[in-house]
Amino acid sequence: MLTLHYFASLRETLGVEQETLTLPTPGMSVAELIDHLVSLHGASREALLDTTRVLVAVDQTIVERDHALQGGEEVAFFPPMTGG
Amino acid sequence: MVRVQTEDFDIAALYQALRSDARNAGGIATFTGLVREFYEPEDEGRVDAVRSLFLEHYPGMTEKALADIETQARERWDVLACQVVHRVGELHAGEQIVYVGVASTHRGDAFAAAEFIMDYLKTRAPFWKKQQSGEQSEWIESRASDELARARWETRS
Repeated sequence: MLTLHYFASLRETLGVEQETLTLPTPGMSVAELIDHLVSLHGASREALLDTTRVLVAVDQTIVERDHALQGGEEVAFFPPMTGG
Repeated sequence: MVRVQTEDFDIAALYQALRSDARNAGGIATFTGLVREFYEPEDEGRVDAVRSLFLEHYPGMTEKALADIETQARERWDVLACQVVHRVGELHAGEQIVYVGVASTHRGDAFAAAEFIMDYLKTRAPFWKKQQSGEQSEWIESRASDELARARWETRS
């Protein structure tokens, strides 16, 4: 089971903070997971497709969209950081 | 040493701790970031009076990202002791938000490591600011200049 987290403006835009999901196919990439979420939830998740406005972390490390998932990870989606 | 906390911090106490941790230090560089009273969004030509900021973060990843940035600084420069403190939650204009302290044998390494840590922290540690000005609240946009400040460390020593 994947645990998905959403932060900051993306959490507000999508209206979801956390959810769990069974990965349909082990080895699926982050990009394929995003496509899967859009097909499950429709237009409300399309904001995730924006590769410049949405960063992805797997098990708390930033990854690229081609990162392969196994199915038990913590996956987080968030906008570019603005700390400091 | 990395700390993420809601409460304010005392830079005099942090400085003393850094001094006693770093034997034979030749210099200590410290940086303190404050909540600005005015905010100018990039390319929008307006200025907002800031009432407060809300700092959201990703618990767990934040500490991991900051520790990783500290490790990179230690690999790159002569760092005898290092402190990074970042506040989260609601902060008002003029309040302290972030602190970096680096003790080194020589000043060049202390200055460079502190600046490197700040440049990476702003673009690689999962913090997000939401600004409250008047009745309006909005998420602060990331700045291209912050990413450029970070990227220049990839090509210089």
